[in-house]
Amino acid sequence: MDFPDITTTIGDYVKAFIDFLDENLEPFFDFIFLISSRSINGFEQFLLYIPWWVFLLLIFLLGWRFKSPFSGVLYAAFIFLVGTFGMWEEMMTTLSIVLVSVLASLIIGIPTGILMALSKGFSVVMRPILDAMQTMPSFVYLIPVIFFFPIGNIPAVIATIIYAVPPVIRLTELGIRNVDQEVIESAESFGSSRMQMLVKVQLPQALSTIMAGINQTTMMALAMAVIGSMVGAEGLGKQVLIAINHIDISLGFEAGISIVFLAIIIDRVTAGIAERFQAHRGNVS
Amino acid sequence: MTTKIKVDHVSKIFGPKPKTVIPMIEDGMSKDEILEKTGHTVGVYDASFDIQEGEIFVIMGLSGSGKSTLIRCFNLLNKPTTGAIYVDDENIVEYNTQALKQFRQNKIAMVFQHFGLFSHRTVLGNVEYGLEIRGVPKEEREKIARENLEVVGLKGWEDKYPDELSGGMQQRVGLARALANDPDILLMDEPFSALDPLIRREMQLELLDIQERLKKTIVFITHDINEAFKIGDRVAVMKDGKVVQVGTPEEILEKPANDYISEFIKDIDRSKVLQAESIMIKPNALVSLKDGLKVAVKEMEENGLSSVFVVDRQRHLQGIVTIDDAINGIKQKKTIQDVIKPDVSVADRSEYIQDLIPKALESRFPIAVVNDDNRLEGIILRVHVLSSLAAEDTD
Repeated sequence: MDFPDITTTIGDYVKAFIDFLDENLEPFFDFIFLISSRSINGFEQFLLYIPWWVFLLLIFLLGWRFKSPFSGVLYAAFIFLVGTFGMWEEMMTTLSIVLVSVLASLIIGIPTGILMALSKGFSVVMRPILDAMQTMPSFVYLIPVIFFFPIGNIPAVIATIIYAVPPVIRLTELGIRNVDQEVIESAESFGSSRMQMLVKVQLPQALSTIMAGINQTTMMALAMAVIGSMVGAEGLGKQVLIAINHIDISLGFEAGISIVFLAIIIDRVTAGIAERFQAHRGNVS
Repeated sequence: MTTKIKVDHVSKIFGPKPKTVIPMIEDGMSKDEILEKTGHTVGVYDASFDIQEGEIFVIMGLSGSGKSTLIRCFNLLNKPTTGAIYVDDENIVEYNTQALKQFRQNKIAMVFQHFGLFSHRTVLGNVEYGLEIRGVPKEEREKIARENLEVVGLKGWEDKYPDELSGGMQQRVGLARALANDPDILLMDEPFSALDPLIRREMQLELLDIQERLKKTIVFITHDINEAFKIGDRVAVMKDGKVVQVGTPEEILEKPANDYISEFIKDIDRSKVLQAESIMIKPNALVSLKDGLKVAVKEMEENGLSSVFVVDRQRHLQGIVTIDDAINGIKQKKTIQDVIKPDVSVADRSEYIQDLIPKALESRFPIAVVNDDNRLEGIILRVHVLSSLAAEDTD
């Protein structure tokens, strides 16, 4: 049997809403645009300003400190290899976009996570929104984003934040909620204020979980590199896109493996930092 | 002694509409029925008692009896559903946020079963916490923290993290942290239950030691009756959220309020609770130094005794005379002075039965209970030492 002749057009309302935002919140979007493009450019210029061998040394030191000397050498070799592909500049662009997206995600995500941990109601409201942010195909929200911003790096950053912010929110909430009940009680029994409780007890106790969230967020931000390039973002993602258009297997592989290298390095280093924080948060029973 | 904490008809019920449950309990519904019907959990029902300044007040009960719920009412980690708690004559239940903060910061501190330590802070940082919250300057709070760590025997461990310490040491940190605030009242929620038995005994003695010096008012929770009776000046026994008996360990042992408590104290080691004074009796016969041996023999014969204690005019214990020695003495025209045996087993009235047992075994004579002046206060027959260990039938 055919579906009855009932039509709803939620999409139209969403479109009307987006139009409304576009008309009325222009100064706000301009402000966001300004800040993000400035910071991306800033990072990019800085990364390209450092001599290549200093950057390699930096990567080596990070790997050494948070993983092992061997990892340090390996990571530096990865980066060197990307340079030999002729993608040094592209890598720096991608890195800048990821950095800015992650920073913005943390600025938004950690306070949101804290609020969700403190307020059950807010948590209930936020959860489906986070689900939507993670499961809605990212192309869908790329459309309205390019409505607000000129094509380029900025819409990519916005899309990346939408996709990458949920883990740090969720894990911040989880980390704070999972602080041992007796630890909370003991802080309370000393007459801690709400703020003292949060800053001196809950956040430090949740830190390793929050660090795991930051690690996840960073990885997801990197995974958005290619999708971001569809709305004009520069960098490694764009190379992948070009390779697809030209059916250029070798370019595609080189750009792709460069993203993988970056992912490995960022993951291992942030995981290593998270582990540091874990050192004395373990099994006090 | 003054009353430090007055608990006045306190009830604590958990659930969405706790007050609605109170009438049901008054109608005699049980905890389980209420849980099934209304989804409310009765934590504590109608608890009333006083805690004196400077005493160790133990609240004892099995798990689920409401003892942990009750102790959390004293610092309002749980706010009572009904009733009042007076600390120094102020009803703390009515405190606003600010007053409550002051109260917690200055008057009361708590030690937790699983220590509740801050794993991200060093031992020193943990002990400093309460002072930090109060805004005590860094230098001063560090000094106080170090002093208190020394009190609990953790000097030298200041810079370690809690996870580097054994369970017993972690609880010492918990104790030092509570003491650092110099509270009037110390709440201890099963502080030694998570420790192994040897460490537990050591910590119990140390607590008594510290209490000897500091004279805090301590509210101590335990499920272990031996611990309760060992530590407590007075003990409250809880069952199903109700306080069923309050009294000194001896009172509870001698007059258990109901079958539940009798059942409970069956397992208790009476020799560690009962003291000499509770089994001593008034001597039927006594002779004085100036009495003749004939008087002594007559006293013994009349009372069917084989020996009799000798005292001076002020009832100071001089020794003991046996019937054989007395009769022989009469034949040889001796005086009491000549036949008296001066080395008698003596005990203090607060000595525990467990310490009397060896004395009873060594000596053929009764044990004399004397005060600090060596004045005779009573005697303990050897057979009474033994019979005191068997629980009396309440019927």
